[in-house]
Amino acid sequence: MTVPLLDRRLVVVTGKGGVGKTTVAAAIATAAAESGRRVLACEVDATGALAAALGVGPVGYEPRRVGPRLDAMAMDTEASLREYLRRYLHVPAVGRLAPLAAIFDFVATAAPGVREILTIGKLAFEVRRGAYDLVVADTVATGHVVAQLAAPATIGELVPVGAIRDQAAWMQEILADPARTGVAVVATPDDLPVAETVDLVTAVRSSTVVDVAAVVVNRMPAAPYDLGVASAADLFDPATVAALRSEVGSGIDVVADTVRRARRRHERAVELLAPLDTLPGLARYRLPELIDHPPGARATQVLADLITDGLW
Amino acid sequence: MKDVEVVLVCGPGGVGKTTVAAAIATATAVARDARVLVVTVDPARRLADALGIATLGNAETVVAPDRFPERPRGTLSAAMLDTVASWEDLVRRNAPDVATAEALLANPLYRTVTSRFAHSHDYLALERLHELRASGRYDVVVVDTPPSRSALDVLDAPRRTAEFFSSRLLRWLVPAGRTAAARPFRLVADRLLGARFVADVTEFFTRLATLESSLVRRTTEIEATLRDGTTSFVVVTTPEDGPAAEATALAAALGERGLAVDTVVCNRIHDDAVLDPGARDAARALGRAADRLGARLAGSGGEDAAVLARLLAEAGSSFADERVVAARQLRVAEELAALAPRVVRLPRLDGAVGDLTGLVALGSLLLD
Repeated sequence: MTVPLLDRRLVVVTGKGGVGKTTVAAAIATAAAESGRRVLACEVDATGALAAALGVGPVGYEPRRVGPRLDAMAMDTEASLREYLRRYLHVPAVGRLAPLAAIFDFVATAAPGVREILTIGKLAFEVRRGAYDLVVADTVATGHVVAQLAAPATIGELVPVGAIRDQAAWMQEILADPARTGVAVVATPDDLPVAETVDLVTAVRSSTVVDVAAVVVNRMPAAPYDLGVASAADLFDPATVAALRSEVGSGIDVVADTVRRARRRHERAVELLAPLDTLPGLARYRLPELIDHPPGARATQVLADLITDGLW
Repeated sequence: MKDVEVVLVCGPGGVGKTTVAAAIATATAVARDARVLVVTVDPARRLADALGIATLGNAETVVAPDRFPERPRGTLSAAMLDTVASWEDLVRRNAPDVATAEALLANPLYRTVTSRFAHSHDYLALERLHELRASGRYDVVVVDTPPSRSALDVLDAPRRTAEFFSSRLLRWLVPAGRTAAARPFRLVADRLLGARFVADVTEFFTRLATLESSLVRRTTEIEATLRDGTTSFVVVTTPEDGPAAEATALAAALGERGLAVDTVVCNRIHDDAVLDPGARDAARALGRAADRLGARLAGSGGEDAAVLARLLAEAGSSFADERVVAARQLRVAEELAALAPRVVRLPRLDGAVGDLTGLVALGSLLLD
């Protein structure tokens, strides 16, 4: 039985660029906070987009209260390294090591997986510390997230000894526990996002220890009318359009054409989503294309309500 | 030697950059007696099939002329950017000798470092472009770049690579630079990562440093070609607030680097017939008179009047939604017009472009 999305402790939200990953992450965080959970929303690529989707200005590395039971922070791997050195390695006088930036560059550039582990490590640390019921991470796009999730294991392979390796072990334990950690993959009903979602779910399952908790379909075009309740014939067949023209004017031609195309777009979206049905063992959410809410706090709220309802 | 024209297609994720790049290349090959190449980063299966390229590998594939709807005046080739293969090429080309190249490729860190080396993909995209341009095999090269923030990374990659090789950090790592000043750094590194790992890394970078002069020279050449007037920049976006804001930021960032956007492509725009007042009135009438109209239509077809009335009302409100979207898109498209001397609006298509006919049709809208 799949652990419900909001009952986990760490939800890592990912998806192809442009699918609305950030809005969905914000909506998940909002829905969780509204259900009474204490939530930390973390933006990993620190562009300010997640904060904007929550309706607040840019946030920093220190979590800041942005709503009832809801804090937000932006990942900063250098700050994470600083915290890490202080907390775990007791490296004395980190501040006096003038070239910390250079050390960081070395660590992040030269040692594969370190930038990733400083990211995932901070998230895992917040889970372990227990100040929040749920940590929602708006991560990088699909290509990179497997590397991020696999970072503790990569470190384990590449770094035979050393303090970082030791720390990797408890992170791995949190990540590997499906009761605590899950990935939510966001897709739109288009060829590439659907294909990438299938690939990503497979890759996360085969290359990492992390459970895939949910697939969230975003921007689903609405069905203008449901043929299921009408005859099989198109509502706007030529005879109908002709009959309506005398009633409502010649503008009916554009209306009929537009509505037919909207209907086709919806049907096509349903077809494109079919490959997702083959993915077993995960929760599914389907969120509509929002017509009159551009990305921002209101759009996030609308989607959060739908996530609370758990619609597919 | 005749100048090679380069078209860099950039923009936010998910706006159809790859299709636009392929369409520009296809239509150019049809219209001009030129050897055209399109380099894509991540083509959708159907697009790759349309061009007849495999989804992996660096090989340049010629698209057979008989696959075009009309015989092209030039030739079209397509290629992928394969990071792994490109790194190997680069190491082999730039290493001082075969032994160094082999030692680098055999280093256990090589694969992980190169695949995750910050911005390695971006650097390779430019490196490959430079290679293709110098090869003399093409007159026009159209390059599809990764999403917008990375597009800037692509442009900054040469400078960053040069900085990387001249950095203090690299000097600390190679044996010649192990001075007293580097000691605290090495202490922390050893403690964090273990001395053995640090030794592995050191060996790797010592060897990598032998590539330095060759790579730095190249990056300088690459940077120059971005500014010599033979490269044009096409920014693709959809007429939605989020992507449009990213595209605007991208254009501004290009401007800061002394590069100008030649064309903005506003992709997937609604048909503006939707904005016609007559259509608006008809849709409103459908909603208002749905019951009466439903009853009238049901009379002839024997269908349930109530169901038809509901469908007509739904159709009216669906049309109203489309109008809201179209009006918003029009506003965004008008704002985008300020970004470049040339703005091309492409219609929203009902499906993905899946063949050369579709690419030629789309491309003809993109060329003057």
